[in-house]
Amino acid sequence: MKKKFRAAGKTARSNFLTFGIVVAAYIIIMALQSGGMISSAMSGLMVPICAYIVMAVSLNLTVGIMGNLSLGHAGFMSVGAFVGVITAMSLQASIPSGPLRLALSMAVGGLCAGIVSLIVVIPVLRLQGDYLAIVTLAFGEIIKNIVNCLYVGLDKNGLHFTMKNAMALNLDAATGKKIMQGPMGAVGITKLSSLTAGFILIILSLIVVLNLINSRAGRAIMSLRDNRIAAESIGISPARYKIMAFVTSAVLAGMAGTLYAMNFSSILAKKFDFNTSILVLVFVVLGGMGNIRGSIIAAAVLTVLPEMLRQFADYRMLIYAIVLILVMLITNNPRTKQLLAKIRSPKSGKEETEHVL
Amino acid sequence: MAILMNLINGISLGSVYAIIALGYTMVYGIAKMLNFAHGDVIMVGGYMAFCSMTYLNWGPVPAVLLAIAVCTVLGIVVERLAYKPLRQAPSLAVLITAIGVSYFLQNAALLIWGSDPKVFTSVIHIPSQRLFDGQLIITGTAVATVLSCVVIMIALSLFTGKTKMGKAMRAVSEDKGAAQLMGINVNFTISMTFAIGSGLAAIAGVLLCSAYPTLMPTTGSMPGIKAFTAAVFGGIGSIPGAMIGGILLGIIEIFGKAYISTQLSDAIVFAVLIVVLLVKPTGLLGKQIREKV
Repeated sequence: MKKKFRAAGKTARSNFLTFGIVVAAYIIIMALQSGGMISSAMSGLMVPICAYIVMAVSLNLTVGIMGNLSLGHAGFMSVGAFVGVITAMSLQASIPSGPLRLALSMAVGGLCAGIVSLIVVIPVLRLQGDYLAIVTLAFGEIIKNIVNCLYVGLDKNGLHFTMKNAMALNLDAATGKKIMQGPMGAVGITKLSSLTAGFILIILSLIVVLNLINSRAGRAIMSLRDNRIAAESIGISPARYKIMAFVTSAVLAGMAGTLYAMNFSSILAKKFDFNTSILVLVFVVLGGMGNIRGSIIAAAVLTVLPEMLRQFADYRMLIYAIVLILVMLITNNPRTKQLLAKIRSPKSGKEETEHVL
Repeated sequence: MAILMNLINGISLGSVYAIIALGYTMVYGIAKMLNFAHGDVIMVGGYMAFCSMTYLNWGPVPAVLLAIAVCTVLGIVVERLAYKPLRQAPSLAVLITAIGVSYFLQNAALLIWGSDPKVFTSVIHIPSQRLFDGQLIITGTAVATVLSCVVIMIALSLFTGKTKMGKAMRAVSEDKGAAQLMGINVNFTISMTFAIGSGLAAIAGVLLCSAYPTLMPTTGSMPGIKAFTAAVFGGIGSIPGAMIGGILLGIIEIFGKAYISTQLSDAIVFAVLIVVLLVKPTGLLGKQIREKV
């Protein structure tokens, strides 16, 4: 009994530390910003960092906790981004308050991403390993392709959708406004996102994800990851818990997408492609699978890193690639692993079990 | 006639996918890793052939040979430096490293050759064939692509089936530990697989650029993803599967473009893939995975 209490205390402490880091980082950045200590390039990165942190946290739920490699997470981000933009633009007249409109757009964006994920989840339940990974990749590409030729307009009669061209929208000449123009993306977005909105979204996603992980459902999800057959034999339904984890992850990604899109005046469907999915996956793997705090730190550091490397001009992405390879080589070297294990727990000597996909 | 024309174009594009997919599937079969940098080796092959023809005025044959040689060496070097130290690491770590290598190759190409597209002169000098009074035109590139694909397929089947090295490869892909006990040099075998896969990528690069003559640092990434899809489509790890998957993918893509929508052709390809995987969860020719308790 006593041991159980101590274990619970440990996770609570760990979660508290995670929240503490986020809050401290927010306060420090706000202080620096009001003192004018942050360059304009850096402060422009703040909302994308928040969006990527939420992406990484939500992807960690799928990859780290549920144990399914997903290569199409940007697809949900895309759905959230464009649905969010459309919602915000439609509500522009009826809801004048910016933060409220942003919150509503995020909710609708997240909801739609969740609905799309319900379609994606069908193959997720049937397939395994690399076959599953390729299906998520395929869904990501399909979403990108469809969004890329979607035209949406708004006039006094409501929303108009078409996949042909801007003329086919049949917009009312006086009140018509084009929101999405196929390959040219969404234009004329009113910027609503701010660092504070990003911070609130991070806290929200942390509350959702950390509570899910430490709940009965979270333990069921992890048991399915570690040994599906054993978990099933004690009555854990794979379908139910996998849908729960996958849809939660997609909803958060959709909200992150809305946050991201509302930070720019225009956004292209191509932004949310395979490379973005991979970028977020890199955050998750470098931060540690199943380690939420690691995801947050990795997402922040790796988004800032190319900016820090700007002094190397053309070489910065090359250096980024080399850093990525070297980090993977060093962290997976058996000798450094032993060393890290010794530093971490000199007394118990218990090594953290590593999850292999 | 239009259907026949599209079918031929589809087979031609599919043959390029098949050659790339062979590289993916061989590496996956042996090293059990998804080599995401494979698409960028295609791009390197294309640039090598382009440079030797444009700047050094070489003929097409030495240019292709140079591209193959450079890519083969590149494959071996990348394997030795980046993948070999991670043999025992979790597969996701290897995947991220492969993505790092992919970024590295793309950005190195960007630094060396710049971001503006280069116009690739075709290496193939076979005249177009006109059949049925000119109603059906088969380009020389299509003929050469399909022929090289067939030759490569036959050569690879003979190689893996008959030679000692090929048998060693199959043994390593079956069971690494047991193969080592039988006296097979596992590391050398894996290096050889990467060498062959990268050499094939060079050929695919030259063929791809001959058919679609713009060359950029990102040229290889989309065909790379498509070929990876093709490999999974046919059942990853299976050589005939990669071939069938590649050709089917090419045909679906061209038919989708011609009859449904140009912009949605990629979406159609991926949708077909998802449907196939729902019906056959391990691809067309993939091995059934047995679950052990």
